[in-house]
Amino acid sequence: MSGWVAVLSFPGSNGDRDALSAFRDDVGVEARLVDHRETALEGASAVVLPGGFSYGDHLRCGAIARFAPVMASVRSFANRGGPVLGICNGFQILTEAHLLPGALLRNRTLQFHCHWTHLRFEGCDNAWLSNIQPGEVLRLPVAHGDGAFFADLETLDRLEANGQVIARYCDVDGRLSPTSNPNGSSRAIAAISNEDGNVLGLMPHPERATSPLIGGDDGLRLLRSVLDVLAVPV
Amino acid sequence: MAIAPGQWREVALSDDEYRLLVDVLGREPTPLELGMFGAMWSEHCGYKHSRPLLSQLPTEAQWVLEGPGENAGAIDVGDGLAVVFKVESHNHPSAVEPYEGAATGVGGIVRDIFTMGARPIALLNSLRFGPLDLPRNRYLLDNVVGGIGGYGNCLGIPTVGGEVFFDPSFNGNPLVNAMCIGVTEHGALMRARASGPGNVIMLVGADTGRDGLHGATFASVDDPTASHRGVIQVGNPFLEKLLLEACLELLQGDDVVAMQDLGAAGLTSSVVECASRGGVGAEIDVALVPRRETGMSAYEVMLSESQERMLLVVRPEGAARVRSVVERWSLHASQIGQVTDDGVVRVLDGGTIVAEVPAGLFTDCCPTYVREGAEALEATARRSLDLTTIPDLPGDAEADSQSVAGCLLHLLASPNIASRRSIYERYDHTILANTVVAPGVGDAAVLRLRGTGRGIAAAIDCNSRYCALDPYLGAMHAVAEASRNLVCVGAKPLAITNCLNFGNPERPSGYFQLSQAVAGMAAACRALDVPVVSGNVSLYNETGEIPVMPTPAVGAVGVLEDVRNHASLRWHDGDVVVLVGGAAPSLGGSEYLSRRHGLTAGSPPPLDLEQELLVQRTVQGAVEAGLIRTAHDCGLGGLAVALAEMAIASGIGVSIDIDVPAGQSNRRDEAWFGEAPGRILVAGAEKDIQTFLALVEGKRVTATRLGTAGGSRLAAPGWIDVEVAELAAAHTSGLPGSTQ
Repeated sequence: MSGWVAVLSFPGSNGDRDALSAFRDDVGVEARLVDHRETALEGASAVVLPGGFSYGDHLRCGAIARFAPVMASVRSFANRGGPVLGICNGFQILTEAHLLPGALLRNRTLQFHCHWTHLRFEGCDNAWLSNIQPGEVLRLPVAHGDGAFFADLETLDRLEANGQVIARYCDVDGRLSPTSNPNGSSRAIAAISNEDGNVLGLMPHPERATSPLIGGDDGLRLLRSVLDVLAVPV
Repeated sequence: MAIAPGQWREVALSDDEYRLLVDVLGREPTPLELGMFGAMWSEHCGYKHSRPLLSQLPTEAQWVLEGPGENAGAIDVGDGLAVVFKVESHNHPSAVEPYEGAATGVGGIVRDIFTMGARPIALLNSLRFGPLDLPRNRYLLDNVVGGIGGYGNCLGIPTVGGEVFFDPSFNGNPLVNAMCIGVTEHGALMRARASGPGNVIMLVGADTGRDGLHGATFASVDDPTASHRGVIQVGNPFLEKLLLEACLELLQGDDVVAMQDLGAAGLTSSVVECASRGGVGAEIDVALVPRRETGMSAYEVMLSESQERMLLVVRPEGAARVRSVVERWSLHASQIGQVTDDGVVRVLDGGTIVAEVPAGLFTDCCPTYVREGAEALEATARRSLDLTTIPDLPGDAEADSQSVAGCLLHLLASPNIASRRSIYERYDHTILANTVVAPGVGDAAVLRLRGTGRGIAAAIDCNSRYCALDPYLGAMHAVAEASRNLVCVGAKPLAITNCLNFGNPERPSGYFQLSQAVAGMAAACRALDVPVVSGNVSLYNETGEIPVMPTPAVGAVGVLEDVRNHASLRWHDGDVVVLVGGAAPSLGGSEYLSRRHGLTAGSPPPLDLEQELLVQRTVQGAVEAGLIRTAHDCGLGGLAVALAEMAIASGIGVSIDIDVPAGQSNRRDEAWFGEAPGRILVAGAEKDIQTFLALVEGKRVTATRLGTAGGSRLAAPGWIDVEVAELAAAHTSGLPGSTQ
């Protein structure tokens, strides 16, 4: 196996170490932190934008991180078809960088929420979902204040038509209900893909669901997909 | 500039204290020196009333690596790892500006932990507010919780536990205590002792502004709301996150010989304490301190409590390396002075000496007071109330508010018992991916320690009502309860940190409460073998001469040898439910008396520390051995509430087979809702319970089979028969979901 997973580290990232250890210790692949000032991602097979409060979430979540030097490399990596995963703040950064459509707004309650959620996976035509079948329900925690996915109706319809809606918040049986949508996301969307299926953004935290000891290991289902792409440097 | 008569009162020094100052200094102080003495000799920094009392507390054990005196205490948890922890109050700022007050409270305690070289891995908090029917109290709760979450979530430190209690005595004076836990290797523990004359003193992090001027003094006088808002510090968790990472990186090298955060009394206290602990002197020039405002005087620079700043003592040859690490984290480091060998703290302003005081005068010469305590007559009367005059609950099982079941629902909806979900879900408790037992799941939080099979557990507790009725006994209960909560998840209690929240100690009744509570705490710590390794004192918590209920909050930390063997509140269908511990329940000081009869009265339940230890060791051993995976302390609301809480947490009912009152009390209310220490409910499969009961035999510990878990109802024939969903609805209704 060659290649490695690049976990980006912005000032204020706080999920970077969790993502790093999830890939290293739980998935068992080489993973390295990449500083926001780096401009090259030579040899990386996958890029992860972790959770946190990059640049203190000043101005708008992800709005400043978008301009970090490393982001130019992330853009060209994505344009070459490289797998990019944005978790929570990473998802917010990807939308700000227009690598994913839509935006993440303040939660419906206007408050931060941390709890475990269920997600129903739908479109699975994405590099990060090689181990997940459409219709599967995974249990992952959320922890965010700005997680309500928003896009205009036209964009939402296009995402649905293209199979870019990857997962929705649901109840334990996979059903959607008003109470299973924790943050007021449009159409209960928790995760979306870009058109090419190599960029994935999700609000829940797969890197915090890596062992039954800490509440569940469903996150590994998603993270282990890097095993399929690691042999292929982009 | 001469000191005008009475000017010392502006910095809260008494006439006698000022005379002492002139005496030890041998001259009149400069205005800056007066300000520095005012801060260092404040109750907050100088522990004037508490220091003589605190010496009673046991602070040593084989596993204690660092006791009180440093920025935080440290204990050995095995495998070469040290766990560093401390609790601190931020009551007065939170009363005035609850969001920023609570946020900077978290920021301060987190700095105390990483100053020791430990990476923070968990936060807990202990909160007190007035009743939520007052809009001001809802505002305070909402903003304090928001501030704690806003800061801790951004730092990426999980908030894994806490407690909250409501009583009218906290109107206008909420209590906000934040506890932080960090982990490091033994060899990496850092101390805040300046050494090596010639070493340079650097200031890292935020620029210095006028915020928080004289915060330490302001926290040491009555009625803080009378002071102006300008003294409240404003937090920037993003900056603190950078400071945290920069400091932890610096501590991996040898360039930094000491580190001290800037908290209460800002630069004054950090320079003085660093020099005094190290037995050296320090010379700094305020002109070299980066400011965020123009026109600041030396006085303002020395007493500013701007947040997110750290003082470093650095070997001269390492200064450039330190600067480069700090700059890589987008911060700057300024050399503001150096360590000297004359033991004097010398402050210059552009080369002119503006203060020159031997460091020891600030610390060792700080006056201490031992006063005469006397219990308030009102407290004696409350404790002595004859509880037999209170009518018992009727004996029939009708589901109205007069029945045992109706009373249970009423208690579950009490803000002091109700589900804390609406609070803890606003805190990130899953980040760092170590949370094994999360809030609401067990009696204490459990975290795994990476790279080992071990875990640690933490809980923070205090029954303020018990302490109001009997501060000695109440403080003993606080230690016993915190420790009991650890054993209920399977951890061996190792040590505690305390936060002593009291009223004015200059009043005999206030001093009585403080001195009695410290004595009671010392007794319980000795009996349960949990030394005090760190702590904080917050006095003058009163509004209009009405003191808060005395609240010696106890944060306890324990270790699990094998973190897989832990317990939670959740039982399984068919589990046998057993009550461990035979202490008789009592109505004295109970939540039942308060909620049902509006009374804070009676004596808190007696506490047999020897029996307590036996019960705790029995349960801890059974969980550690993997025999028991379900355990819950009987706390507020007694046996009935504890059973209901387990049923709610599991979503599974229970059927009680024995006549509970017959074995507990001749009063129905006391049997079901009376409180007593040393009582733990455990549950498990029949064969495991058999083994457990065999182990318990001959241990002088009572264990009573109560019934079997299963179904959807909490049923005790003749007494209670309620759907678990109905219990859960009552439990959820007690705290507002959103208190905007």
